[in-house]
Amino acid sequence: MNAMRYEAPGSIDEVVALLAAADGDSRILAGGTDLLVQMQSGFVKPGLIVDVKKIAEATTITAEDGGFRIGAAVCGAEIGEHADLKEAWPGVVEAAELIGSVQIQARASLGGNLCNASPAADSVPALIAAGAVCSIAGPKGRREVPVADIATGPGETSLGTGEVVVSIHLPAQSPRSGDAYLRFIPRTEMDIAVVGAAINLSLDENGQCSAARVVLGAVAPTALLVTEAADALIGGPVDDAALERLDAAARAACRPIDDKRGTADYRTKVSGVLARRAAGIALERARSNS
Amino acid sequence: MTKHHVSTTINGEPAEFLCEPQQTLLDVLRDELNLTGSKEGCSSGDCGACSVIMDGRVACACLALGVEAEGRSIETIEGMAEGETLHPLQRLFLEEAALQCGYCTPGFLVAAKALLDRKPDPTETEVRFWLAGNLCRCTGYDKIVRAVLSAAAEMRG
Ligand SMILES: Cc1cc2nc3c(=O)[nH]c(=O)nc-3n(C[C@H](O)[C@H](O)[C@H](O)COP(=O)(O)OP(=O)(O)OC[C@H]3O[C@@H](n4cnc5c(N)ncnc54)[C@H](O)[C@@H]3O)c2cc1C
Ligand code: FES
Ligand code: FES
Repeated sequence: MNAMRYEAPGSIDEVVALLAAADGDSRILAGGTDLLVQMQSGFVKPGLIVDVKKIAEATTITAEDGGFRIGAAVCGAEIGEHADLKEAWPGVVEAAELIGSVQIQARASLGGNLCNASPAADSVPALIAAGAVCSIAGPKGRREVPVADIATGPGETSLGTGEVVVSIHLPAQSPRSGDAYLRFIPRTEMDIAVVGAAINLSLDENGQCSAARVVLGAVAPTALLVTEAADALIGGPVDDAALERLDAAARAACRPIDDKRGTADYRTKVSGVLARRAAGIALERARSNS
Repeated sequence: MTKHHVSTTINGEPAEFLCEPQQTLLDVLRDELNLTGSKEGCSSGDCGACSVIMDGRVACACLALGVEAEGRSIETIEGMAEGETLHPLQRLFLEEAALQCGYCTPGFLVAAKALLDRKPDPTETEVRFWLAGNLCRCTGYDKIVRAVLSAAAEMRG
């Protein structure tokens, strides 16, 4: 086995410099709940590991522009304990808290969930529905990229060589709006989503749906932002007819695989049901948030 | 291969060790520090047999690197009893037969302690959810859950 180097710098500039100087496979280490599993199984053999947990901006949650900036390496448990964040974006927080057991929650981060690029990653649909934007640092400086544009396929991202996700920004939640995330798993804890559905919707003063984002997880190579499903809600009341249209649009957008967790047909059906239920929760939240 | 010199706190005492960068915290505890109470069940984060408390949160030692212990505080099963006096959780696991082969027990005890440190009065459902990351092949979980609830009641006095 080749020698592996471990570094835990105190700033993002140092991370970028370390990655730029490295040859071979380098990996960022956040909570390690994907990376160490992949290393133990011999699936990845990095020459350099750069731990970002000693960097303040990657490990803190701060209020910003009416929304929140969440360090890419902040763990799920800390996200769940942040009362203001939970109040503004309960769906995002729920999704982050669904990742693994308490042991996993102590370590698992949004940056890791996103960059590991599993089609079933729980926090990703909720972040996309919320319109979250990543701050990325790399050899050419910093850039801002919507979370929706990071994963390009299973295990693949649009990050360039030597780039690192520093933090994820959630915008201010609009008035009369609410978000929700639901996933379906065959047991009550500790499993990977068969389907995930995230919805973020807003109501106008008359209670009509004025904006919506609908995102499905685990039914395609990456999380799907389904505009047809959002259009099914926008412009009218979120009533049974709208939910019926949402259900149909969600099913139509699915491109799932068959595997041991569920057949493609089953996943397609469940995506409609979950989208509908998540919309119900988001609607309740939007109504109580005026 | 260059070894890292790591300074940390283990069970409240300052500790130092040398480790290779790819060694997990579990490897270091067991093989370098002879703290073999933490068990290796799966090495993939699924079973919780390796549970330790890192800076106040229960985590899988198999999914952390030994070098990550630098500057942190680690609590293991070895730190749970006070000398000869067992922690109430340990005693009630024995009294209420919450173990058979015992392989999972250190992990359950460490995880349960982390729960009771945070929440002295958990419901049965809360105990079951909290311990969902700890697997047991033998007991069927019921006695474990009951022993945790008994310990919680006793510790509340
Ligand atoms: C038992 C168990 C249960 C799990 N359950 C779930 C679940 O229910 N739902 C779910 O979605 N996932 C689950 N996972 C997967 C995993 O916990 C999550 O994907 C987690 O969010 C990964 O975060 P991490 O901080 O541990 O990532 P790491 O393992 O540290 O990193 C993951 C990958 O992303 C890269 N990376 C990390 N941070 C950055 C960054 N800031 N910039 C660039 N690249 C980066 C790493 O190099 C690595 O390739 C589970 C894992 C285990 C072991
Ligand atoms: S050995 Fe660490 S979770 Fe199983
Ligand atoms: S007592 Fe044997 S695994 Fe739990």
